[in-house]
Amino acid sequence: MQLDARIPSGPIEKAWDKARFEMKLVNPANKRKHEIIVVGSGLAGGSAAATLAELGYNVKCFCFQDSPRRAHSIAAQGGINAAKNYQNDGDSIYRLFYDTVKGGDFRAREGNVYRLAQISVNIIDQCVAQGVPFAREYGGTLANRSFGGAQVSRTFYARGQTGQQLLLGAYQALERQVDAGRVRMYPRTEMLDLVVIDGCARGIITRDLVTGAIECHTGDAVVLGTGGYGNVYYLSTNAKGSNCTAIWRAYKRGALFANPCFTQIHPTCIPVSGHYQSKLTLMSESLRNDGRIWVPLHRGDQRKPGDIPEAERDYYLERRYPSFGNLVPRDVASRNAKSVCDEERGVGEHGLGVYLDFSDAIQRLGVEKIRERYGNLFEMYQRITDEDPYKVPMRIYPAIHYTMGGLWVDYQLMSTIPGLFAIGEANFSDHGANRLGASALMQGLSDGYFILPYTISNYLASRSFDKVDADRTEFQSAKNDVEERTRRLLNTRGSRTVDSFHRELGKLVWDYCGMSRNAPGLETAIGKIRELREEYWRDVRVMGAAEEINQSLEKAGRVADFFELAELMCLDALERNESCGGHFREEYQTPDGEALRDDEHFSYVAAWEYVGPDDGPKLNKEPLVFEYVHPSQRSYK
Amino acid sequence: MRLIFHVWRQSSRKAPGRMVRYESAALNPDMSMLEALDVLNEELILKSEDPIAFENDCREGICGSCGFVINGLAHGPMAETTVCQLTLRHFRDGQELYLEPWRARPFAVLRDLIVDRSAFDRIIAAGGYISVPAGSAPDGNTIPVRKDDSDRAMDAAACIGCGACVAACPNASASLFTGAKISHLGLLPQGLPERDSRALRMVAQMNREGFGQCTNIGECEAVCPKGIRLEVIGRMNRDFLRASWSKRER
Repeated sequence: MQLDARIPSGPIEKAWDKARFEMKLVNPANKRKHEIIVVGSGLAGGSAAATLAELGYNVKCFCFQDSPRRAHSIAAQGGINAAKNYQNDGDSIYRLFYDTVKGGDFRAREGNVYRLAQISVNIIDQCVAQGVPFAREYGGTLANRSFGGAQVSRTFYARGQTGQQLLLGAYQALERQVDAGRVRMYPRTEMLDLVVIDGCARGIITRDLVTGAIECHTGDAVVLGTGGYGNVYYLSTNAKGSNCTAIWRAYKRGALFANPCFTQIHPTCIPVSGHYQSKLTLMSESLRNDGRIWVPLHRGDQRKPGDIPEAERDYYLERRYPSFGNLVPRDVASRNAKSVCDEERGVGEHGLGVYLDFSDAIQRLGVEKIRERYGNLFEMYQRITDEDPYKVPMRIYPAIHYTMGGLWVDYQLMSTIPGLFAIGEANFSDHGANRLGASALMQGLSDGYFILPYTISNYLASRSFDKVDADRTEFQSAKNDVEERTRRLLNTRGSRTVDSFHRELGKLVWDYCGMSRNAPGLETAIGKIRELREEYWRDVRVMGAAEEINQSLEKAGRVADFFELAELMCLDALERNESCGGHFREEYQTPDGEALRDDEHFSYVAAWEYVGPDDGPKLNKEPLVFEYVHPSQRSYK
Repeated sequence: MRLIFHVWRQSSRKAPGRMVRYESAALNPDMSMLEALDVLNEELILKSEDPIAFENDCREGICGSCGFVINGLAHGPMAETTVCQLTLRHFRDGQELYLEPWRARPFAVLRDLIVDRSAFDRIIAAGGYISVPAGSAPDGNTIPVRKDDSDRAMDAAACIGCGACVAACPNASASLFTGAKISHLGLLPQGLPERDSRALRMVAQMNREGFGQCTNIGECEAVCPKGIRLEVIGRMNRDFLRASWSKRER
C-alpha cells in the first residue's frame, strides 16, 4: 500500500496555515446534516465531540464508563506542555518541536510535531477560559515548572491533578453540547466493530453494557479517541478498563496499525507488591526534580537505606549522566533502573525497585516546601505502601504507562480507511519512539480542539454522502460477527478465568517485549502467545449471560483482542533491528549500553496491514524525512 | 488474611436484592478492597457462580468510578480514601464486612454494587461549565487570577463525582457535588458572567432529579474522598439566593 502522509510542502512554520487554507469548508447550514461518531470521551474524544458540536455537526459520543468524565485522561498527574515562554527562559515553538522530535528518538513525523508545538499555546488559552484552575503565581499569572527532562519551564499544572482538571474542562464543554442537543451521549456503551461501506467508515457496532443489546450506529465519519493499549501487559498504570478493542477492530477492517512495539515505560511507579496486584500506580515524574535516585553500591546489600553510608550508595543516573542527572528521559531512566536491578542491586522485598530519596531536598528546602510541592503524592505513596517518604526513601520501579504506537494516520489525522480518524493516544503520530513528559495531554487536546475539527470538515466537504441504513448487509454482517463472538466466549465454559489468562499474557509481553527485547526472546514470545491464545478460546470461563451487566464478558472480549495485538507488537519489535526510544533491542547498543539507532535502515514508520486470518500481517513503510532536526545520537551525559 | 463479606446481590434494576455471605482466606493486608473483591470473584467463577459486579477503573482514587458502603460508611473507614485505595491492613483478620451499593432514590441500583449516577451528568449539563467555544479564548495571562482564589477553586474542582456525599446524606442531597462545581467556577473571574444562571439552573436540575435538600448535617463532608468542604454548599446557597433576587429585580 502506498502511504501518503499528506504533509504540506514548503516551510514547516507555514505548513499548518497552508493546510488550513487549502482545506474545504462545510457550509454552516450543511453541518447539521452530517452525523459524526466519536468513540471515547477523554481529552481527545471529549474535546473533539464538544468542538464538532460547537461547529454545528450532529455528534454521537460513546464511552464504556458510566460517565464521560471518567475517561482515563483523568489520571494524568504532572502537567501539560506549551511553548508560551512565560518564564522568559528561552522557550519557543521551535524548541518544543526540537525537543519532541529529539526526545522521540527521530521516529516521529516532523510536520505533525511542529503543528503540535504551534497549537500548544492555544490549548492553554482555551483551558484557562474554561476555568481550569492551573497553578498561579502570587501576581495572578500562570505558574510553570520544568518537567521530565526539559531544560525550560514550560509545563502548566493543576496540583498533581492536571489530567483531571483538563478532562473536566473538556467534559463540561461536552455536557454543554449535550444540553444544547447537539451531542447525543452514549455512556456504558462499548464499540465492538467498525462498519466500512464502499471503502469508507460509515458506522460502528456497539454493545450496551447494561442491557447487552448489540446496536448499529450510522455516521458520515468515525473518530476513534479510544486511548492506548498498555493493558496488554496486564499490569500497567492504565485504568482497568482501558483497552485496544476499538483500534484493533478498525485494524481488522483495514486501517493500518503503526509502530505497535513503541511502548513507554514510566520510571516512577510504585513497585509490585504481590501476585494479586491488579494495577500499578504511577507517581508523577515531577518527583525526579527534587528526589535523588540511588541503589546500594554492592549487590545483595540488605541493610535499611538509612544504614547505608553515603560512600556505599550509587546515584547511578547522576554518575552516568552528569548533565541531566535524575532528569534523563523516561526510557533512559527506566532502562537504567532495570539494569541495576539485573545486577542484583535492586531494593525492596523482591529486589525490583530503586530508591527515590528526598532527604537532601528536605534538608535544603525544608519539609514544608516539599509538602507543598509533592504532599499529595507522598500521601498516596504512604497509603499504598504504609511507609513514610518524609522519613524513608520511596521505592520506585518502571511500569508500562503509555503506548506511542497506534493507528496510522496522515497529517489530517485520517487512517487508511477514508472517514476513519484516530486522535490522541489511539494514533501513532507525534511522539516517535518515546514521549516526553507532559506531552500526552497536549496531543490529546491539540487533536480534539484544534486539528480534527478542521480536517474532518475537509473530508466531509470533499465528497457526497449517500444515506446509509443500518439494514444494509455490511451492518448486519458486522453485527452478526459481534454476536457470534459474544456467544462463543459465553459458551466455552472452560476452566480458567479471563484474568488468569490476561495475567499470563501480560507476563509474556513484559518479559519478552518490555523494557528490553532480543530476537530469540521475541520469537519465543510469538510462539507462546499463539499457544496461550488457542488455549484461551478453548478453555476460558465466562459466567453470566449476554443480556445483562456482565463485566467478565466485557473483559473477555478485550483480552481476546490483546492476544492478537501482543503478537503484532512482538513481530514489529522483531522486525525493527535497531534500538530507539522505548524500543531497546539488546543486540543493538553502544559500548556503554545506550540505544543504538540505525537511521540508514529504520528511519521509517512501520505500518502493519491486516490481510486476513490465514496470512501474516503485511509491513508497509512510510519513510521519515528530517529536514529541520537532524538525527543525532541522543546524549544526556 | 481472612475476611467475611456480606454483599448486596441484585441481578438487575427491577430484580429484588439480598445480602449474601462470602468468605475468603486468600487475602493479604497490602491488598486494596477492590483487589480483595477480585480475589473473591476469581474464587466465585471457579465455583461457577456469578462474580460480584462493582464499578472500578483507574484504581488510584481519581476517576470516581468506584464506591460502595462498607459497614455503614461510604468508601469505608479511612478518611479521604476511595475503596480502590483502601487497603485491608485497616481491617482485622476475620472481620465481618457489609458491602452495599449507594442508596438514594436518584441512584438506581443496576446490579450488585453498581448504581446509576447519570443524574450527576445532567446537573453538570444544566450549567456546570463556562461557555467558551474552542478558538475564542484570549491569552491565558490576560486575566490575572488571585492565587488564593485559584487555590480555592482547585479545592472545589477536586471533586471526582463518585456520589459518596449523596449516599451518606440522610436526605440524599447532592448539594456537596453541585456546590463544588458552582464554587469552582464561581471563584474564577472567567466564571463570573454565568454565575447567576449557573446557580439557578444547576439547583433546579438537582431538585428535578429527586435529590433531597441539605439540612447541614455534614455527613457528606465526612465521607468525601477528596475533602470537599461544606462551605461549597454555603456558596451555592448564596449564589442561588443572589441570583433569585437579581432575577426578580430585572
